[in-house]
Amino acid sequence: MLEIKGLTAEIDGKQILKGIDLTIPQGEVHAVMGPNGAGKSTLSYVLSGREGYEVTGGTATFFGQDILAMEPEERAAAGIFLAFQYPVELPGVGNANFLRTALNSVRRARGEGELDAVQFLKQARAAVKKLAMSEDMLKRNVNVGFSGGEKKRNEILQMTMLQPKLALLDETDSGLDIDALRIVAEGVNASRGPNFSALVITHYQRLLDYIVPDHVHVLADGRIIRSGGPELAKELEADGYAGIIGEAAEAA
Amino acid sequence: MQAVKQQAPSEALKGFLARYDGLRVRLPGNAAPRDAAAALLRDKGLPTPKEEAWHYTNLRSVAALDFQEPIADTQAGVDLLALLPKVEGPRLIFVDGRYRPDLSTSPDGLEVKSFAGTGVFGDLTKPERDRVVALNTMLTEDGIIIDVPAGFDAGFLMLAQLTSGRHRRVASHPRHRISLGEGARLVLLEVSAGIGEYLNNPVIEIAVAEGAHLTHGRLQQDSEDAFHLGTIYADTAANGVYDCFSLALGAKLGRTEIHARLGGEQAAVHLNAAQIMGGNQVSDFTTAISHDAPNCPSRQTVKSVLTGKARAVFQGRIEVARIAQKTDGYQMNQALLLSPDAEINSKPELEIYADDVKCSHGATVGALDPEQLFYLRSRGVPADQARMILVRAFLTDAFEAVAHEGLRDVFEHAVEQWWATTGKDAEAPAA
Repeated sequence: MLEIKGLTAEIDGKQILKGIDLTIPQGEVHAVMGPNGAGKSTLSYVLSGREGYEVTGGTATFFGQDILAMEPEERAAAGIFLAFQYPVELPGVGNANFLRTALNSVRRARGEGELDAVQFLKQARAAVKKLAMSEDMLKRNVNVGFSGGEKKRNEILQMTMLQPKLALLDETDSGLDIDALRIVAEGVNASRGPNFSALVITHYQRLLDYIVPDHVHVLADGRIIRSGGPELAKELEADGYAGIIGEAAEAA
Repeated sequence: MQAVKQQAPSEALKGFLARYDGLRVRLPGNAAPRDAAAALLRDKGLPTPKEEAWHYTNLRSVAALDFQEPIADTQAGVDLLALLPKVEGPRLIFVDGRYRPDLSTSPDGLEVKSFAGTGVFGDLTKPERDRVVALNTMLTEDGIIIDVPAGFDAGFLMLAQLTSGRHRRVASHPRHRISLGEGARLVLLEVSAGIGEYLNNPVIEIAVAEGAHLTHGRLQQDSEDAFHLGTIYADTAANGVYDCFSLALGAKLGRTEIHARLGGEQAAVHLNAAQIMGGNQVSDFTTAISHDAPNCPSRQTVKSVLTGKARAVFQGRIEVARIAQKTDGYQMNQALLLSPDAEINSKPELEIYADDVKCSHGATVGALDPEQLFYLRSRGVPADQARMILVRAFLTDAFEAVAHEGLRDVFEHAVEQWWATTGKDAEAPAA
């Protein structure tokens, strides 16, 4: 489904991704772990189409489509969703309006009918309830005055509503206390199924206790240096990144 | 020393003065103020950027043109009605500066008189100081005169000034006077629109008596080849409110100049505005608020959204007289520049003679935030719609100042229309 081959990318002339090979089949959850500066967030931005990241080589296809040639909104319509590490505040834009505009944009692009206000609110309220959010959050401006946990929950709310085929979760655990972490993880787990895949980007193993991945990849200095099962995350937690990076260097 | 050279009258002014000479005996009302206005214009000409109040707005393009007298044509005007915003309620329609009762519906319980019928000038304007008003004084043929009786809530009323420059380049100078008696209320939507090349030069004199409340919405949607020079003089008595929101979208060159006086304790004045411009448009919002009584608030939030090579000006003057203790003045100018060639000129002027006052002012200029754009687009929102959402968000707190829901709808709809026809194409996504 998502197939990344030899992907290289740079920001401001500085190479960050140095040849990523990664395949995520439909229905699987993969985790990418790695030290700060390894290129984890860059990978998620390159896949979602953020400006300022120049792809210098390699390919990334999603259900056979070259996503690197697509606009961010086309990638969203195709079913890619990025949960931001730092969700953006939109003063003057109501959360409910924002959600409905987003939902109807992707529905239109996917050839589905738009939801009217009543249908939308019904869906939104149900999703809000599942995430243990207060309905008040729909009335407030997007992420404005939200706590760190509320912002992350708002990301998962958007994910739930937009029903992506692939979610890129960029350090969704950062800034969350254990209760919020559990709620967010439950939100992600509820989406899991044969038509949902996720790339969970995280620094810590903690999140993977709640969202158990099918595969774990270690990203260091712009390359995936090791892949394995969920046990790899535990190993990292026990030994730290230094050990694994050292091993990889020796093997090379 | 160089001798001061007397400028020959401009093309436009020559025509205006000749028209006055020809029309003088037929124009309604007392000729004395008109003669004085003509003498002033003959002596000083139209304003030029050498004068401080006109430093940012050059009337050269107006002065170079020859404007003609509109022809009285009862057929004209009917098609112009399509330019009006869709809003229910009574409407007073002017076409080419003349009142058209046949196109109008009078408001219930209000006596509507025309300036053509009474010929009486108000005493709030200062034509000797303001030559754009002098031009109006010299040539005005008609206007509306409304007195809202004390204690009466007149509800909503639209006043539309439509001009047709389709066949000839015309100038119209409507002269309105609106008075609210003690405790009276009125919601006025003033609309300017038209077709082709023309000058629309309305003057409105407004008197708000004690405890009265005037909500004044202005929608300037004059044609892209038109010039708009609108002037308002408003006087507010104790506990009275003059709440004005001015939205400028149209005209090649437009200026709205508002002089508002707080003449009694606890009077309030709001002069809010939005200027949304593209192409080579120039829009000027110039205000002078005089605090002449203690304990009065004045509020201004002016937002400009500019694309292409558009330029906007906000000059805001606040004068606080010695007697006006406990004045609370707030002025904010914010601009969103959607293109590198757009420009905003901002000039706050505070002149404070009282010693116990609170007056604040600020200005910000920015572009759309790429982070916010990406956030919206990553959720599937197409780029042009994402930009529109952010432009609207920028305008939100200006529009929130419009308490009347019907007016706010008119303004929001006008902005959406602008975006669909002008703004969207004016700002292509960065490659």
